[in-house]
Amino acid sequence: MEAIAEKKSYQVDSKGYYGTFGGAFVPEMLYPNVEELRQNYLQIIADPSFQKEFNDLLRNYVGRPTPLYRANRLSKKYNTNIFLKREDLCHTGAHKVNNTIGQILMAQRLGKKRIVAETGAGQHGVATATVCALMNLECTVYMGELDIERQAPNVARMKMLGAEVRPAICGSRTLKDATNEAMRHWINNPVDTHYIIGSVVGPHPYPDMVARFQSIISEEIRWQLKEQTGKETPDYVLACVGGGSNAAGAFYHFLDDEDVRLVAVEAAGMGLDSGHSAATTALGKPGVLHGSRTILMQTEDGQVVEPFSISAGLDYPGIGPQHAYLYDSGRGIFMSATDEEAVQAAFELTRLEGIIPALESAHALAVLGQLGATTDETVVINLSGRGDKDMATYMKHID
Amino acid sequence: MNRIKELFRNADHVQNNGLLNIYFTAGFPELNDTMGVLRALQDGGADLVEIGMPYSDPVADGETIQKSNDRALENGMSVKVLFEQLKDMRKTISVPVLLMGYVNPVLQYGIEHFCQKCAEIGVDGLILPDMPMDVYLNEYKTIFESYGILNIFLVTPQTSEARIRLIDAVSEGFIYTVSSASVTGSKSGVNANMESYFSRLNSMNLKNPRLIGFGIKDHETYKQASGHASGAIIGSAFIRVLQESQDLEQDIKSFVREVKNYPETIEI
Repeated sequence: MEAIAEKKSYQVDSKGYYGTFGGAFVPEMLYPNVEELRQNYLQIIADPSFQKEFNDLLRNYVGRPTPLYRANRLSKKYNTNIFLKREDLCHTGAHKVNNTIGQILMAQRLGKKRIVAETGAGQHGVATATVCALMNLECTVYMGELDIERQAPNVARMKMLGAEVRPAICGSRTLKDATNEAMRHWINNPVDTHYIIGSVVGPHPYPDMVARFQSIISEEIRWQLKEQTGKETPDYVLACVGGGSNAAGAFYHFLDDEDVRLVAVEAAGMGLDSGHSAATTALGKPGVLHGSRTILMQTEDGQVVEPFSISAGLDYPGIGPQHAYLYDSGRGIFMSATDEEAVQAAFELTRLEGIIPALESAHALAVLGQLGATTDETVVINLSGRGDKDMATYMKHID
Repeated sequence: MNRIKELFRNADHVQNNGLLNIYFTAGFPELNDTMGVLRALQDGGADLVEIGMPYSDPVADGETIQKSNDRALENGMSVKVLFEQLKDMRKTISVPVLLMGYVNPVLQYGIEHFCQKCAEIGVDGLILPDMPMDVYLNEYKTIFESYGILNIFLVTPQTSEARIRLIDAVSEGFIYTVSSASVTGSKSGVNANMESYFSRLNSMNLKNPRLIGFGIKDHETYKQASGHASGAIIGSAFIRVLQESQDLEQDIKSFVREVKNYPETIEI
């Protein structure tokens, strides 16, 4: 009994915390909405009818299980055994849809009629607009005015899917401001609207709920790895971290396997010391952002600092509270990659394996050379998204 | 005795019109306007003043207050600067003063240090909308109390009766009654839905008095709100006055006077 009690848990506790991180730091106007979700989410997820519908959609609509692909030429280059978890092959082009499928089913069971979401690069916005079209729910997506200009193709996709895209015009006019606007929208529409947060951020129970919906990634990795190598745990799991939803999903079923090294790669932007970076753990400190106590980039006065990364999906000043705890406890290994390193890694994967990764996922690939993985070790990289949306950036680097 | 408690204790026999609490953003429109605005509010007849500490991500606020926050931050406002500006305020200011803001800048300053500074300066209460009640009760309540600082809680039309009772039990001073499901500055006036919500609150016999905020903008709405509570809170409408003003002192005083004393005989 004592041994069990002493075993460290990296999952959320009964009060909504991961160590000292997490909680629900929301104004009273949001309390009933968040509380309604908190009281119901575990029961709804555990319901067999929910599980059946969720798994059916993941299989037949999203295209799961996604392949676990042994990247032979990449492995040879780094003298180790590299497997790519192909979340880029999910419907809509990234892992984001695992979460939006789960949350739209949640919203239906809570009797909600309308959906609001935030988006940065537009991937989560597209994944949300997609499931809203599927389930015939009204969809409003907030997007920073600057991001709307930078990500025109995804704006067009959301509109074609029937979503209303509203610009966030205050502050820095990017992801964090879009998140603020979505929260305000939820305050203004508390009864019939569900807020589909796109990452493992926000007030409890969002980080835990989103991680559960994304945990299918590591669930599949385990049996796929066993099938291919005879062993279900790798030596390393690598994932990029903005808010951290793909990493949370890729780490989930390995958290208690302490011999599996969990590597989170943040976006260093133009460099850690450049003043244009999004490497939260390297540059941030504990504080409260978007409803949870976590690590965030901020001034001495506690004002949130605007991050920078070439990848809009990693351009976020905080990280999910579970990641803050993995960092703080030493369970997670946090590394970073610059814009330039990420672009190089994207080209390397493309030329060696014929797979064009999203700029976000390219950050995880970029640290392969620094891992020190040996020839008898196994590395799983979560390839969270495909690079179609990033072609304009990549084109600039083609001679 | 805490000035907020004293105000509400004496309020009944001092006046019947309802107490007027006015919010403004520190360091707005210009960095060093804070004390001038505060003085003009007191001179004009505000009963309490709520000074907003600007924040980069004010999720409970509408566009007007967001923009005043952005501007104040550009002007260089911070918790440290604000405390410096307010350090001698009790030489001239006798009305209760509250600081309103989001929890992160207060955490970064250090809760205890923050409360100590408030006590030193003569700040009477704090409104931190995103500080959860359980965190306050478990971690900060004893600190607030040891410095005599009141923590003001909010209730909204969606707050359950059980939670209202809980908030009432742990509150001192007053309860900030949010009039409708909205961020600041979005709607105005009192409609039928609100009437039933206010009546419901009235019938609960809470131990704390209530001030109604959100959507209060002029004499009419102030009077409506005061009919259902001990008074009202004005924020965004006052920020708009500051935005457009050519003569802050004059415009502030006449705004407050108009809100409180608009002649009864004029009907719309």
